[in-house]
Amino acid sequence: MGVLIILIIVSVVVAGGFLFAFLWSVKTGQMDDDYTPSVRMLFDDEIKESKK
Amino acid sequence: MQHKCYHCGEKCDETIQLDDKYFCCDGCKMVFQLLDENGLCQYYDLTDMPGFSAKGHFVSEKYNYLDNAAIQEQLIQFRVGDQAHVVFYLPQIHCVSCVWLLENLHKINPGVIQSQTHFEKKEIKIVFNPSIISLKELVQLLSFVGYEPMIHLGGNDWMKKKKVNKKQLLKIGIAGFCFGNIMMLSFPEYLSADLAELGNLRSFFVYLNLLLSLPVLFYCANGFFISAYTGLRQKWLNIDAPIALAILVTFGRSLYEIVTQTGGGYLDSMSGIVFFMLIGRWFQDKSYDSFSFDRDYQSFFPLGVTVLEAGKEINKPLSTIEKGAILLIRADEMVPADAKLLTNGALIDYSFVSGENEPVEVENGSTVFAGGIQKGRAIQVEVIKPVGQSYITELWNSPILKAEKNKEQSFVHPWSQYFTFVLFSIAIGSGIYWAIVDSSKILPAVTSVLIVACPCSLLLTVTFTYGNVLRWLGKQHFYLKNASVIEAMDKIDTIVFDKTGTLTNHQDTHLEYSGEHLNEVEVTAIKSVTRESLHPLSQLITKYFNERVEKTVLVEAIENYIGKGTKATCNGMEMLIGSKSLLVAHGVAVGEIEGSVVCIAINGVYKGKFSINHTYRNNIDSMVAKLKKAGYQLHLLSGDHPTEKLHLTQLLGADIPMLFEQNPLDKLQYIQQLQASGRRVMMVGDGLNDAGALQKCDVGIAVTDQTHLFTPASDGILEGSMIQSMDSLLAFAKKAKLIITLIFILSLLYNLVGMYFATRAELSPMVAAILMPISSISIVSLSALLSYLYAAPIRTKS
Repeated sequence: MGVLIILIIVSVVVAGGFLFAFLWSVKTGQMDDDYTPSVRMLFDDEIKESKK
Repeated sequence: MQHKCYHCGEKCDETIQLDDKYFCCDGCKMVFQLLDENGLCQYYDLTDMPGFSAKGHFVSEKYNYLDNAAIQEQLIQFRVGDQAHVVFYLPQIHCVSCVWLLENLHKINPGVIQSQTHFEKKEIKIVFNPSIISLKELVQLLSFVGYEPMIHLGGNDWMKKKKVNKKQLLKIGIAGFCFGNIMMLSFPEYLSADLAELGNLRSFFVYLNLLLSLPVLFYCANGFFISAYTGLRQKWLNIDAPIALAILVTFGRSLYEIVTQTGGGYLDSMSGIVFFMLIGRWFQDKSYDSFSFDRDYQSFFPLGVTVLEAGKEINKPLSTIEKGAILLIRADEMVPADAKLLTNGALIDYSFVSGENEPVEVENGSTVFAGGIQKGRAIQVEVIKPVGQSYITELWNSPILKAEKNKEQSFVHPWSQYFTFVLFSIAIGSGIYWAIVDSSKILPAVTSVLIVACPCSLLLTVTFTYGNVLRWLGKQHFYLKNASVIEAMDKIDTIVFDKTGTLTNHQDTHLEYSGEHLNEVEVTAIKSVTRESLHPLSQLITKYFNERVEKTVLVEAIENYIGKGTKATCNGMEMLIGSKSLLVAHGVAVGEIEGSVVCIAINGVYKGKFSINHTYRNNIDSMVAKLKKAGYQLHLLSGDHPTEKLHLTQLLGADIPMLFEQNPLDKLQYIQQLQASGRRVMMVGDGLNDAGALQKCDVGIAVTDQTHLFTPASDGILEGSMIQSMDSLLAFAKKAKLIITLIFILSLLYNLVGMYFATRAELSPMVAAILMPISSISIVSLSALLSYLYAAPIRTKS
């Protein structure tokens, strides 16, 4: 049963990693805008020939 | 043949053409060419006709003040070497194309290093190189492509907020993390057939739980403790007080059980409820980022002005302007301070300040008031009062407005007080009972009661319901400042309407001609004369005749009478176009004429008149009838002349008190009188002239046509087209209380079940752990469902 202790510690640490990822994303402002990135990712990079 | 402008979608003919594309004006064509040259035509592929009509929007001198270093200092957030950061508010952002174009500005001008838009806030953050493109050129570029930034004296106040939001998110994240883990670690405790089997693991689990619950107690829940403490210090038991108590009792009891090894405690329930309540608060507070509800007069004034010093034009920040300065006000610019007019040709639109519809012609030497917008050509004025002391700003700073709005206690607070009272009675009752029967169970029973019957469900109900109601109203373009406005709206019994811009549509005035029939020669003559004048009424008449005749003829001997009209000779006819008094002064016999009209006389004979009709918004009459039926007392306050009183009486009914020629202070005092007589007043208005009244009344609603361009400080913003469904919007907002009551009854049932276990001192952590999420989730979903159902009448309207 002792292995459970290690497993649980590992699982809490892994979950803690995700928590820190979340905290970091909030602090760096990644949650500020929840709409524009979804639009931006759909833009094509460059259209070489210009349409006339 | 009719075409649609390739750039902005406005109807146009074939005159302006480029390849197979048609444009409504040269401005649009130039924007297209600019984008085309830079390979940015994807703008037109993403959305059809995404642009803004470029007609007359582009005045290059307008931004000269941006060359002033002090003004730049205020706008540029950060500058180092070749990089400067600036954030602009662009209310025009509305589609994917906007985002795309704005983020590709660097292709048009190499000085732009990076630009990033925030769609919901309608903001753009630009990193640029000031040595390649100056701030002025940057703003000119933005305006040229159709996105004119809003730059005002109040500064970029919209950038300061939203710090709190981040903290809320952090708290929710931490609480969720701790809640999930504590729940997982509690399973063995709940589900083991024999706890002894767990051995050492059990204490490992419970101590880990205890460790995980600490951040919840000390960080995530601190908002409840602080609020409860401040409430108690003001000798007032608010809804957070029993919640804070329940959290403390739950934690205390759990700590006791863990230390004495008598059980696992209720830490999962505690962190769970904190988690849900935080989500509820966040849901309710998540409001509209792009709206500013707290604008004061400063947001309406320009940041910089053009000053004439020794014959030179110098740009200065408005804040440095002193008495005696000579200002140059160009067309469509705002007069920033009370000033004396030094030149002719002033045509001031005071609609924003006073609610008067037509622009006023001001004679040389008279006073023009701050807030007026010059409609004619450029004028020069001498400032006679500093900016902060002008008529309009004085009103703003008046002590009547400084007083806070009566902060009503929410109807939820008394409920939570009864709730707390009953709760304590039950706790004491069960304590006394167990003292007689089995004294070892006093503490378990009393603490269980406090744990199970936490008024969290009430808080959850309230926050989620208000959040839902705010969202439904927002979908109908009725944006409220916060949840307390919903409660205030519930108590409203009197509604005061403004006329200009509220019941009427600001942009939409039309002319009506009555009188003798005019033949083609006469029409051509009239049009030729009116075409020469910049007066808006003349321009309206020109537009009116545009469809009938195309050609114009030479006009001779034009004489302009300021504030009256024009006399001219045309095609051998002597034309008199203007007010009644002008015609009378020239000896023309005119009958009874009232209201704002333009009279026409040809060769000394009265021909007819143009009356200016303000278009009332659709279905105003039925909306008003429904509001009356719902028992509201209605009033009308207008800054305009009483010329339309008859029409309004027909439209709205004779039982509505109507007051005309009300200045902003009159309106404010009228609201005060109503309030003094015990009425709860909602004011619906627009513009600066209503600003005082909007602040003073219980609920102030600002009506706007250009979505959130100019809205004075208010509790809510309503889109002009939605004013016709005001009645159903109000009715829906009133339903919020009903929804809360219904759900609260449900949560009382849960409490009864919990109480049954608690008073018998049999509340196992598992029962608590099951009851808590079930009640929370059912409350949240029921709240969403009920608001959806009650929103049916307003949903079908759209």
